[in-house]
Amino acid sequence: MEALLAITVGAMTAAGVYLMLSWNMMRFLFGLVVIGNAANLAILTVGRHYGPAPPLVPDGQTAPAELVANALPQALILTAIVISFGILAFTVVLLYRAYEEMGTISGDDMRVAEPRPQPDQSTVGS
Amino acid sequence: MHSLILATATRLIAALMLVFSVFMLLRGHNDPGGGFIGGLIAVTAFALYAKSRGVDEARRALTVHPTNLAVAGLGCALIAGVLGLVRGQPFLTGQWITIGGDGHGHGGLALSSILLFDVGVYLVVVGSVLGVIFAMEEEI
Amino acid sequence: MTDLLLIAPILVSFATAVAAYLARRSRARTRAIGLAGSAVLLAIAVVLLAEVWRLGPIAMQASAWPAPFGITIVADLFSAIMVLIAAIIGFAVTIYSLGDIEPDLEAAGYYGLYHVLIAGVCGAFLTGDLFNLYVWFEVMLMASFGLLVLGGSPAQIDGGIKYVSINLISTVMFLIAVAILYGLTGTLNMADLSVAVAEVEDDGLLTVVAILFVIGFGIKSAVFPLFFWLPASYHTPPVAVSAIFAALLTKVGVYALIRMFTLIFTHDVGFTHGLLLAIAGVTMVTGVLGAAAQNQVRSILSFHIVSQIGYMVMGLALFTPLGMVGSVFYLVHHIIVKANLFLVSGVMNRLAGSFQLGEIGGLWRFKPLVALLFMIPAFSLAGMPPLSGFWAKFVLIRASLSLDTGAGYLIAATALVVGLLTLFSMTKIWGEAFWKPHPAGDHGVAPRLTAGRSALLLAPIIGLAGLTLAIGLYAEPFYQVSLAAAEQLLSNEAYVAAVIGDGAVLAAAGSGR
Repeated sequence: MEALLAITVGAMTAAGVYLMLSWNMMRFLFGLVVIGNAANLAILTVGRHYGPAPPLVPDGQTAPAELVANALPQALILTAIVISFGILAFTVVLLYRAYEEMGTISGDDMRVAEPRPQPDQSTVGS
Repeated sequence: MHSLILATATRLIAALMLVFSVFMLLRGHNDPGGGFIGGLIAVTAFALYAKSRGVDEARRALTVHPTNLAVAGLGCALIAGVLGLVRGQPFLTGQWITIGGDGHGHGGLALSSILLFDVGVYLVVVGSVLGVIFAMEEEI
Repeated sequence: MTDLLLIAPILVSFATAVAAYLARRSRARTRAIGLAGSAVLLAIAVVLLAEVWRLGPIAMQASAWPAPFGITIVADLFSAIMVLIAAIIGFAVTIYSLGDIEPDLEAAGYYGLYHVLIAGVCGAFLTGDLFNLYVWFEVMLMASFGLLVLGGSPAQIDGGIKYVSINLISTVMFLIAVAILYGLTGTLNMADLSVAVAEVEDDGLLTVVAILFVIGFGIKSAVFPLFFWLPASYHTPPVAVSAIFAALLTKVGVYALIRMFTLIFTHDVGFTHGLLLAIAGVTMVTGVLGAAAQNQVRSILSFHIVSQIGYMVMGLALFTPLGMVGSVFYLVHHIIVKANLFLVSGVMNRLAGSFQLGEIGGLWRFKPLVALLFMIPAFSLAGMPPLSGFWAKFVLIRASLSLDTGAGYLIAATALVVGLLTLFSMTKIWGEAFWKPHPAGDHGVAPRLTAGRSALLLAPIIGLAGLTLAIGLYAEPFYQVSLAAAEQLLSNEAYVAAVIGDGAVLAAAGSGR
């Protein structure tokens, strides 16, 4: 099981990196989502896999009866999912605004903040 | 989008979903559920409403500005945390009061700062996600 | 009592944010709440530092879950210093914001976002849990995303996209590193980790994790070659926003690097800290060369942030007591000076009409006070005595020379040359903006500021310049505090004992640590 999960993490990371290398910022964003989920799966995998029993303590006892799943990685993943969900929503809106303002979703063509140097500017300061 | 079927169905479903979201919120203390999931269900209800009736109608139905709702939720969570400090315990320590019951922890209505925290999470989720959905729905 | 004190910086900032946001319709009220929140935070930070100075590291377990199971909030001297300096800058920039931020941005919730940012910064400085550190980083990032694009000019959106996307990569790296470290040790409490890593047998894997953290925190702190988001975005938002970013955001990354590489990753100092030393040297040089190629005031200052980050990492990489003193001292000095320079650049823009060096001039003739207020932080940045930067650089170079190795001499020489190039950059701004006549003639420099507004803009600048002078002239007490902080960083028994109790430390010592 762990080997399978580890291979999945690797495949997702590779897919994410491939997408993130694109000039298209939308694809970059999708790559980020994939690689973010690879990280979440990595947390689950390294948290040891103890089977599907939920980590609940029966009424009147102080410890669970059988081997239960590790709850901590699940809590961490839930936190990470919530955060990345919020950031993803923000970034999609930001990208849409960028498309409206600059008319492109190519990362290479977004040069408003850092314009390419013009010949007449290069003499200033020398 | 103007669809008579969706509009009619939404009128029924949205109300049911809102009730179900509160049920999920309250159930979350001992069973699967909680503020986050409850909040998302409530968001779905309002998103459906916005789809079928338009964002303006949905905003009117919500009455409060979404980001105000989110910030108020943050305030609830903060207060839930501070309640422990007031009693001289560490930040976020759970505080309980029981209304009614036999005085030995059986029966009665148990209220806790954890519930208040969960309500805060519910409001933050509803406010922030609806804020994004409404903004996107209006722009695109 | 200490419980309340430890959580108070975070609580006050969040409460201020909530109140300021809900009151944003009334301009007077949201401004008053923003200012009051910053002032209260400053008072709390002073008390916190005094308490930590008196008691040593103090810790609090959130919701009474004992460490390492719950989330720990912990302050040692280093954390307390950072919280205080963040509070000072937070207060100064709030005053500046009152005069700088347009009413429509205030109505959009500027003070709310601003205080969420401060809460995130304070949380990152105070947390004792690695995953909680991730959460505070994200709180800080979300607020900074909002602040960066507040107003929504095309340049801001463009800078925002680069800032957001590269910072998200850093987040993923951080998360993966946290995952593997958790798999290796089974804990995420930082004090507990410092004990647990000693029992990890696979040192190689531990080094891999350490490098993942270097990448994750390296992007946040803008070291070579991971800094490109910084000069792409810092010159676009309103001046008050770029000042608070310049002062605090990258420094949280440096703080995290210092914390991780003194508390946890000390298993292979030769490799990890050697790598950090190389990174530090290259960061200094690329930053200062990048600055030399720029002609816009805020772009020049942005590149200088990168270059200065190199000095802070250098102190950590030397990993000697004196080196750590240098790092802590440099952090304090740099945060004050860099925020001040950005604030002055805003005043220059308002008086002369542009950030472009080619389009401004004549400020010395018409506004000698502004010229003087630029000169103090600028010379301090370059390391001229008797200002704070001189002592910061002096301690660092002294520390690297006392290593008495080739690498030590090389990094000392690099630091000196970069200091000289920084001076060149500052004299470039001086010559263009202050010395040469304004291209538009004598009417180029116009008194565009009302008396009330210029008081709000100049008061924080004067205050911070005074602080720079004070650190320069009375360096001894600041040096002593930095020394004590460095000692706590390098021998972390007190930190671990404060978090998980004395018993655990004794057990760790017994098991051959």
